[in-house]
Amino acid sequence: MKKLNILLLLFTLSFGAYASEGVELQAADVDLSDKASLLRGAKHFVTYCLGCHSIKHIRYLRIAMDTHADEKEVLQDIAPFGASIYDQLHSAMNKHDAEKWFGTQPPDLSLIARSRGADWLYSYLKSYYADTTRPFGVNNLVFEDTAMPNPLWQLQGEQHAVTRKTIYGDETDLVLVKEGSLSEKEFDQMVTDLVNFLVYVGEPGQLERESMGKYVLAFLFLFLVLAYLLKKEYWKDVD
Amino acid sequence: MKQSRLTACGEWVLERFPLASLWKDHMTHYYAPKNFNIWYFFGSLALLVLVNQFITGILLTMNYKPDAKLAFDSVEYIMRDVNWGWLVRYMHSTGASAFFIVVYLHMFRGLIYGSFKHPRELIWIFGMLIFVALMAEAFMGYLLPWGQMSYWGAQVIISLFSAIPVIGDDLSLWIRGDYVISDATLNRFFAFHVIAVPLVLVMLVFMHIVALHEVGSNNPDGIDIKKIKDKEGVPLDGIPFHPYYTVKDLVGVGVFLIFFATVIFYMPEMGGYFLEHANFIPADPMKTPEHIAPVWYFTPFYAILRAIPDKFAGVIGMGGAIVVLFLLPWLDRNPVRSIRYRGGIYKKALLLFVISFLALGYLGTQPATPVATNVARVFTAIYFGFFLLMPLYTRWEKTKPVPDRVTMETSLEEQIPVLIETFEEMTEIKPTATPTSPDDYNHPAFRSVFFSRRPNPEGIRNVAGRLAKKLKESLD
Repeated sequence: MKKLNILLLLFTLSFGAYASEGVELQAADVDLSDKASLLRGAKHFVTYCLGCHSIKHIRYLRIAMDTHADEKEVLQDIAPFGASIYDQLHSAMNKHDAEKWFGTQPPDLSLIARSRGADWLYSYLKSYYADTTRPFGVNNLVFEDTAMPNPLWQLQGEQHAVTRKTIYGDETDLVLVKEGSLSEKEFDQMVTDLVNFLVYVGEPGQLERESMGKYVLAFLFLFLVLAYLLKKEYWKDVD
Repeated sequence: MKQSRLTACGEWVLERFPLASLWKDHMTHYYAPKNFNIWYFFGSLALLVLVNQFITGILLTMNYKPDAKLAFDSVEYIMRDVNWGWLVRYMHSTGASAFFIVVYLHMFRGLIYGSFKHPRELIWIFGMLIFVALMAEAFMGYLLPWGQMSYWGAQVIISLFSAIPVIGDDLSLWIRGDYVISDATLNRFFAFHVIAVPLVLVMLVFMHIVALHEVGSNNPDGIDIKKIKDKEGVPLDGIPFHPYYTVKDLVGVGVFLIFFATVIFYMPEMGGYFLEHANFIPADPMKTPEHIAPVWYFTPFYAILRAIPDKFAGVIGMGGAIVVLFLLPWLDRNPVRSIRYRGGIYKKALLLFVISFLALGYLGTQPATPVATNVARVFTAIYFGFFLLMPLYTRWEKTKPVPDRVTMETSLEEQIPVLIETFEEMTEIKPTATPTSPDDYNHPAFRSVFFSRRPNPEGIRNVAGRLAKKLKESLD
């Protein structure tokens, strides 16, 4: 018994050590049924992200269909000038230039929400701070030494990292030192919209999937009841 | 009376094909023990999942491209642009995990009721071969989406072959067809995954069932029902498989599909266990992920591999963990089959084994910290101890007398009154407010407004005590 206790103790210790790694992420308020937010997110994506990042697995047409938006409006308000409704969200930057400018090709973001998670994206986009040692003058708390400059700095303003000592070790806070063109609340909403859009793009069919699930389950419960009654009828004579 | 065209057609076939006798021998006159319990659903469910994998797999190949440049995107094409593609793909990916859940439970049934013992050793061997084929099928199928985990998981597992002395390096090169996992590997894995291994699986499943029907099914009492027969030679405790067990299995199918559909429609990634997050990043031979973990059904064996310090010894250990299962019919020296009549030592050993298997499964998903590795070593020792010490401890076992006839368990429906009684014991109705006017007593919601059901600490203590006592007794 004693041995077992020690084992359990070791077990929880190892788990604790693992859990304390990394920065605590902020929760993203993702709501895919909010079509207006998805459209705003798409607009922000095209404005601030599409310069470098593609989303090659979605077309403007699909965005219009899934958000019940008018195709013409999507083309006019969201898509860059000259795009067709059947186009995928391709970045105009080529691989050669990208490698020269950033050292790496910015990844396609079609599935970024599925590999990283909404909370990570939300925290990442909000965690840039000024760092003069980095090539673009910024670093990120969530993704250290990221190759990506902060595309939203004019909106958010400039953040500085302040380290304070606590009993758990050093902790870093980000403090806004220069106001951006958006208030903190507006900026949070903007990042939320962007993350919402990226989550949608990760699996455009997910709303359809979830709404279909209840009918399938209802049918299966009905099937189960019938199967159970059938079994009971047949097994009456087995004792 | 003149035969109809259809009957004539049927007759024509039946004169040339033994359909009627096949149906009779394996369905309507195959006598199964009448006391099968919940553990006996998983065989038919495994067959259901196999059929699901076949149908969805065939549909997936219609749009999937086994090419290192196209594979990842073709999967996303299926997920987005192919009609119902997402459903088919989730049915296939969830089906893979469901297959292992069902098969692990099916194997555990064999362990508790001694289904691997004489005369069913060959059924167990065929079953183990199915398990090995299934692992190969799952491993090769996992490379096909060509994500980071697909790529690096395959890289790690195939590099294990290079630990074999002398031929190792050449062998792993021969398996990959290249120095790293590449398009050549993807193409051959596709060939194995969609035709070679499924063919082997189907043949093994056929032999598994033929062998089963030759000696007859075991049962929760581990009794030979063929010993006591009536005048016509029908076992007294046997009932025809069809219709009794076909309709009963339908209930199992219903319950299974409810769980299956819940995962497919509401949690297809299962928190990163059924579809790993890193696998949504296309394979990149230049970027190794920080933490490479196989899918959950391989993690117990992966934990054993990592627990052993030397690489080659680790490979032997991982292989040995599966080989030792093959030997089970000869390691267990006790003739009593069912756990109901076996001694406490086997029950305790089995409990330890289950704990170690689950713990190894968990540890295999976690990064290998020094502490975790040491814990994995202890559980690896328990895992092998369960099998290798079996010839000793099963001999010392004090078994209980085995009855001649099967015992029927109380059905779920009959247990409902007992459950309600237990609930009543664990709770009590307490007044929550005092009525102020006499009108209150006549109010239709009088009970729900002034009284409420609260947990009863003493009742809970009694029930927990009885449960603990029962658990302790069941281990003796």
